[in-house]
Amino acid sequence: MSVSVQGLCRRFGNAAALRDIDLEVRSGEFVALLGPSGSGKTTLLRILAGLEAADAGRVLIEGQDMADVPVRSRRIGFVFQHYALFRHMSVFENIAFGLRIRPRATRPPRAEIARRVTALLERVQIPELAARRPDQISGGQRQRAALARALAIEPRLLLLDEPFGALDAEVRKGLRRWLRDLHRDMGLTSIFVTHDQDEAMELADRVAVMRGGAIVQYDTPEELVEHPADAFVAGFLGEAVRLEAQWDGTALRFDPLPLAPLPASALRQAPRAPGPALAFIRPRDWQVLPVAEAGNATLRARRPTGHGVRLELELGPLIVEAELPGSPLRPGDACLLRPGAARAFATG
Amino acid sequence: MAAASTRLTALRARGAIPGFGASLGVTLLWLGLIVLVPLAALAVRPWELGVQGVLRSLAEPRVLAALRLSFLASLAAAAVNLPIGLLLAWVLVRDRFPGRRLLDGAIDLPFALPTAVAGLALTALYAPEGWLGAPLGALGLKVAYTPLGVGIAMLFVGLPFVVRSVEPVLRDLPREAEEAAATLGANRLQTLLRVVLPALMPALLAGFAMAFARGLGEYGSVIFIAGNMPMVSEIAPLLITIRLEQYDYAGAAAVGLAMLLLAFMILLLLNWLQRWGRAK
Amino acid sequence: MRNESRWPRRVVLGVALLLAVVLLLLPLVTVFAEALRRGLAPALEAIAEPDTQAAIRLTLLVAALSVPVNTLGGLAAAWCIAKFTFPGRGLLLALIELPFSVSPVISGLVWVLLFGAQGWFGPWLQAHDLQIIFALPGLVLATIFVTFPFVARTLVPLMQEQGRTAEEAAATLGATGFQTFFRVTLPEIRWALLSGVLLCNARAMGEFGAVSVVSGHIRGETNTMPLQVEILYNEYQFVAAFAVAALLTLLALVTLGAKALLERHGATRAHPA
Repeated sequence: MSVSVQGLCRRFGNAAALRDIDLEVRSGEFVALLGPSGSGKTTLLRILAGLEAADAGRVLIEGQDMADVPVRSRRIGFVFQHYALFRHMSVFENIAFGLRIRPRATRPPRAEIARRVTALLERVQIPELAARRPDQISGGQRQRAALARALAIEPRLLLLDEPFGALDAEVRKGLRRWLRDLHRDMGLTSIFVTHDQDEAMELADRVAVMRGGAIVQYDTPEELVEHPADAFVAGFLGEAVRLEAQWDGTALRFDPLPLAPLPASALRQAPRAPGPALAFIRPRDWQVLPVAEAGNATLRARRPTGHGVRLELELGPLIVEAELPGSPLRPGDACLLRPGAARAFATG
Repeated sequence: MAAASTRLTALRARGAIPGFGASLGVTLLWLGLIVLVPLAALAVRPWELGVQGVLRSLAEPRVLAALRLSFLASLAAAAVNLPIGLLLAWVLVRDRFPGRRLLDGAIDLPFALPTAVAGLALTALYAPEGWLGAPLGALGLKVAYTPLGVGIAMLFVGLPFVVRSVEPVLRDLPREAEEAAATLGANRLQTLLRVVLPALMPALLAGFAMAFARGLGEYGSVIFIAGNMPMVSEIAPLLITIRLEQYDYAGAAAVGLAMLLLAFMILLLLNWLQRWGRAK
Repeated sequence: MRNESRWPRRVVLGVALLLAVVLLLLPLVTVFAEALRRGLAPALEAIAEPDTQAAIRLTLLVAALSVPVNTLGGLAAAWCIAKFTFPGRGLLLALIELPFSVSPVISGLVWVLLFGAQGWFGPWLQAHDLQIIFALPGLVLATIFVTFPFVARTLVPLMQEQGRTAEEAAATLGATGFQTFFRVTLPEIRWALLSGVLLCNARAMGEFGAVSVVSGHIRGETNTMPLQVEILYNEYQFVAAFAVAALLTLLALVTLGAKALLERHGATRAHPA
């Protein structure tokens, strides 16, 4: 089901939660709304579901304007952040709810409901939990039950609010993969909200990065990493230290920090105009050379990583993390630190 | 502009959950017909007498005496309830003993017992030949049919308020604070006075306010034990019924309104004290 | 326990229990002792007396008429206050709790001011031969006033704590308003609702001051049980008065027991007044 959002605005009191949002989601796509808390991503998701009204703008689903369609007629599956399972019902009853409450004319017969719920329970891999109550199962199992409940109404569109937010890291990884497969196997169109960039990058076909109620960039994960639209996106995606710099058209200077300038050829992305700039340098982009005499940095600590070593360096007033395949340096050693590559954005 | 945006917010409040208009409508109708219209009558009726008339009707010595008794007795009863309520809340929260559940249930007895029954029971108990009245009489203390009896009845009906308002706060009070005080060398009394009591102060004040309001308005449990002697042991609510029996509606309403306004002033003051204490 | 010495603890507990016995238990025991002073038979006879029987029937009728009104109103109020945000919510809640801080006598008085012989609507009622004060409608109205907040104040904190996501989830699954209320909301609040209704009912049956003002004390017609207690007492029929009082006390004890049971089912503790 294609989704088209046009010029959506929403205010809470005097604060703008969403300003002029445009978003196109193609049928079968898996889209992430990524942003820090307060960026408006959950509000956008709730407006899509009809749980919240917009002040201006339109939401079209398959070309149909949703303005006058109440939540209960939209057939949009919604998975709440804390699952919102009905506490007094068993998992089975929770999943059957959406079918049982249909008007008699469209309600499937009892046996058919039971068959469909059982099939869904198997699909989400918790068939043994049918008779349990929500407070008797784990967080990951609740997540699966909530998903099955949302899928029971055969939704045209699946919306998930921080689907893994309340789970611990281990469960989260497993569920992510499983959710991506489910999305593909069932031919769903899905949109989910997250503040975790890894999650967005791993799951989504396209990611909408949000900030202050606006979509800053909407692209594939590859494009976001390679061509971030601005300093915010670059800073939000991936771990990087941000340094104030000056750009003169040929080189990036880091005065007053004791760092060598970076020539234009070493920049992954150069500022649009000369003047003050913000540079992002990732741990792997640093070069750390042992020196006999005074360097520009001191090693504070080191720890091994999967494929090398991570160094914590003191550069003037800053702490910089660098990742190298290996290094002979010991804590307390002086060294020469210099950037090998960077991404820079004009701030002037 | 501001009004329009407020209205928009109100409309938007509906969100996805249905039934806002209907439930608000039912609520306002219910509240309006049962509470607001009748109380409006109370606020308006006295002034039929004119301002002078209202003041004259309130300045009657018998009215002044009744108001004074009602306010003083209810304030005194609420004050006596503070240490008693604190003590009971303390043992309920901090102590484990057989019959704790029973005591917990008994605290609510004054809530649940019809006031007329409480009045009857207290009268029989404190009457000169009663179980408590006889020994107290031997000590020269007369309770039934005196202002002291009025206070005893108010003490009874107000007791649960202090206990129930202090109890949850005491339960949530981190024991670490007390233990920290002890490790800093404070003795038990210092800990209680400087660490526990200040933390309980807002709850105590709230309990005091509720017990006072309840005692002030109390009728059923008081009139049996009070003896109702004009100028001595007659409470203000009784005076309202007496004026009603004489078809002096405006006079009755005047006493009622005076009671309500004075009570609200005291409650506001207590509320302010509570906030001031918290802000400090 | 910490190294708190045992003696202060025992003294504190002892004083607390002594106070509880004197202040709470003795009045309770007195009611039954006085009722049974001359044995069980006279007490039962007193209850079987026609006027007392009429008072019991009237009390049940008044409660049966007023409790549902406050249950429906309380549910509606809890729904709009807990499930929606709108300006004036706090004021609305304060107004709903207002009757608790009004003297019972004033709660009766206000109805006399409206519907009494010299009330605002008195002449009109007389012209149409309708009677509210000194009749059943007055008793019911006064009772509704004094028991007004019970259900609402039991439900509002619980429903606020439960939030709105369950209702929102039901909406996304296609439920109508009624389906949401009866299948999702009501099952989650049923114990608290029952608890609020019980407290409301106990107060409705036991109310004295408010109904005393509007009743007119017509024997066998407008006397509820608490009023009957007063009349019997004033006529020096002490055993009979305490026998009816004992009946009311049993009602209070059953209510307290039921409330304790319900609280164990997860209903929040509410302050009745």
